[in-house]
Amino acid sequence: MAIYDAASLSGREINEIIKKEMDAKITFTGVNGQRFICDGMKDKLVTVDGVAGNASGAYMDSGELSVIGNAQDAIGDTMNGGRIFISGRCGDATGYAMRGGEIYVGKDVGYRAGIHMKEYGDDKPVLVIGGIAGDFLGEYQAGGLIIVVNTERAACPLGEDYAAGMHGGKIVVFTDCQPAPRAGVQVREVAARDIKEIEEYMRRFCTFASLDYSSEISRKAYVLEPMGRNPYKRLYVNN
Amino acid sequence: MLEGQVRIPSGCAVSGFINKDRTLTDGSRIIKSIACMHDRSNGLGGGFAAYGIYPEYKDYYALHVFYDNSEVKAECEKFLDKHFDIVNLSKIPVRKTPKITDEPLIWRYFVKPLPTKLASSQLDEKEFTVKCVFKINSYIDGAYVFSCGKNMGAFKAVGYPEDVGEFYRLDEYEGYSWIAHGRYPTNTPGWWGGAHPFCLLDIAVVHNGEISSYDANRREIEMFGYKCNLQTDTEAITYIFDYLVRKIGMSYKEACDVIAAPFWNKIQAMDKADRDYYNYLRRNFDSLLITGPFSLIIGHEGGLIGINDRLKLRSMVVAEKGNTVYMASEECAIRAIESNPDVVYAPKGGQPVIAEVEYGI
Repeated sequence: MAIYDAASLSGREINEIIKKEMDAKITFTGVNGQRFICDGMKDKLVTVDGVAGNASGAYMDSGELSVIGNAQDAIGDTMNGGRIFISGRCGDATGYAMRGGEIYVGKDVGYRAGIHMKEYGDDKPVLVIGGIAGDFLGEYQAGGLIIVVNTERAACPLGEDYAAGMHGGKIVVFTDCQPAPRAGVQVREVAARDIKEIEEYMRRFCTFASLDYSSEISRKAYVLEPMGRNPYKRLYVNN
Repeated sequence: MLEGQVRIPSGCAVSGFINKDRTLTDGSRIIKSIACMHDRSNGLGGGFAAYGIYPEYKDYYALHVFYDNSEVKAECEKFLDKHFDIVNLSKIPVRKTPKITDEPLIWRYFVKPLPTKLASSQLDEKEFTVKCVFKINSYIDGAYVFSCGKNMGAFKAVGYPEDVGEFYRLDEYEGYSWIAHGRYPTNTPGWWGGAHPFCLLDIAVVHNGEISSYDANRREIEMFGYKCNLQTDTEAITYIFDYLVRKIGMSYKEACDVIAAPFWNKIQAMDKADRDYYNYLRRNFDSLLITGPFSLIIGHEGGLIGINDRLKLRSMVVAEKGNTVYMASEECAIRAIESNPDVVYAPKGGQPVIAEVEYGI
C-alpha cells in the first residue's frame, strides 16, 4: 500500500497521485477539506484519513473510496459505479444525482441526500445512511434505493419534506414510527421482497459498521415509493 | 468587460469563532481558518471583524473609513470634527503585499459625539452616531465608513481573505470573537466597500448566498431611515438586525425568527404557544422575511450567531471545544484551527445557533 501525507497537497495533486500511482491501494493521511478526491476514478482503492472535501467521489466509475472521518457536501455527485464508505457524517446533497454505485455513510447525512437519484437498466444506485437524514431526503428521486438504517434508534430518522416529488425508486426506513404519506408517495410496511432487495447492501453496511446483520434486518421498517408511474399528473394541470 | 457587468455564479466562504469566556485570540487563527476555503472565493473580496480589539478606547466609537483621495478626507474630517470629539486618529497600519492593490486611503478615528451636538439632536448616542455615518456614506462622495462600533472593528478589501488579513496585520490584534468572509461576487460588483463584513455599530454580518427578497427588504428598511447604497444585498441584513434588535428591542433569537420565519403550513402545525409567537412575527414583520439561499454569521459585542435559510440552500457547520464555538461554511475551516472539537454538527435550516459571552458587558 502506498501512503501519502496530504496535509500540503491540493485536491488536484491528490488526484494526480491516484492516477499515476502503480499501487492500486493508496492511503492519504491528514486530509482536510480537499475537494474532488477520486473524481472520475476507476479501479483504485483509496483511503482518506480526515475530512473529505466537497464533491469527493463525483463521477466515480469503479473502485473504492473509504473515508475515515467526516465528509462535506455533494459526496458521490453523479457517481456511476464503485463504492464509497464514510465512517462519520456527510454534509448536504450526498449522492446527488447518482446513476450507479453504492455509498455507505456510518452516521448522519445533511439535507437533500439522494436528491434526483436515477436508474437505467442494470445501473441502480444505492445510498445507505447509518444515522438519520436531514430534510428533503430523496427529493425528486427517479430511481435507485435509499436505506436509512437509523442505528441509534432515533424516534423519527427522517427530516421534513422527505420524498418530495419522488417519482421512482424506493426508500426503506428502519423506524418504529410510521412516516406519514406524502402527495404522490405511498408508505407501507416492509415486505419479504423488499428484504430480499436490500439484503446485499444491508449485509455490506453491517460489516462496515460492525453491526449484527440479523438483529438489524429484523427491525421494523417502512417503504416509501411513488404511487404508480406518474404520481403527479394532476398536480398542476388536468392532463 | 468589467467584473460586475458580467454574472459569475458561485458561492462565498464564511467562518467565525467566539471565546465565550472572552479569552483573547490573535488574528492569525481566523486567517488560517478562512484560508482553508480558498476555492470558495475568487479574489474579489475578503474581510474580517474582530471584537475586543480596542480595550484602551473601549468607550469610543472606532470609525474605520475608506477615502478615494485626500480632498474627500479633508471634507469628511471637517464633518467629523463638527459632530464628534476625536481622541485619536491614524492611518490603519497595513503591510504592503503585491496581492492587494489599488487601496484607498484607510483611516481610523476614535470618537465620541460632542455633548452639545448630541443634546441638540435629541437622539441617543448610538442613533446620533448611526445618523452621522449614513450622512457621510450618502453625501460625501468618495468617503465610506465601513465600521463604527465600540471596541470592535472591520477590516476588508478586494483580494483573497488570507491576503486581506495579512495586509491589515491582523496577527497584531487580539479579540475574543472573530468573523471572516471570502467573497465570490455573483450579482454585484467586487469593490472595497462591497467586501464583507457589513457593519453598523457593533453588528457585523458576513453572508454566503443571495437574497431573493432584497428589494422588498430594502424598501421596508429604508422607511426607517436606513440607506442601502453599497450595491449589495448583505448590507440590508445588517440594517434589519440593527432595526429589530436596537430599535424594536427584540432578542437576537426573535430577530432570527423574523428573517427566517417558518413556512405558514409549518406554523399551522405547531402547538398554540409557538403558533401565536410565529404568527405574531410573520404578520407584523413579513417584509423583513429574507428569502433565497443564505448562510450568515452575525457578530455583535455579546456574541455570535449562525443561521441558514429555511430550506438550507447553503452549507454551515458548527463545532464546540471548551468555551469556544466555531461556525463555518465547511468543516475543514474549523478543523484547520481546532483538530479535535468536542462536538461537530450541521444546524437545521432556519434554526439559529446563538453563542453568547458568559458574563455581562
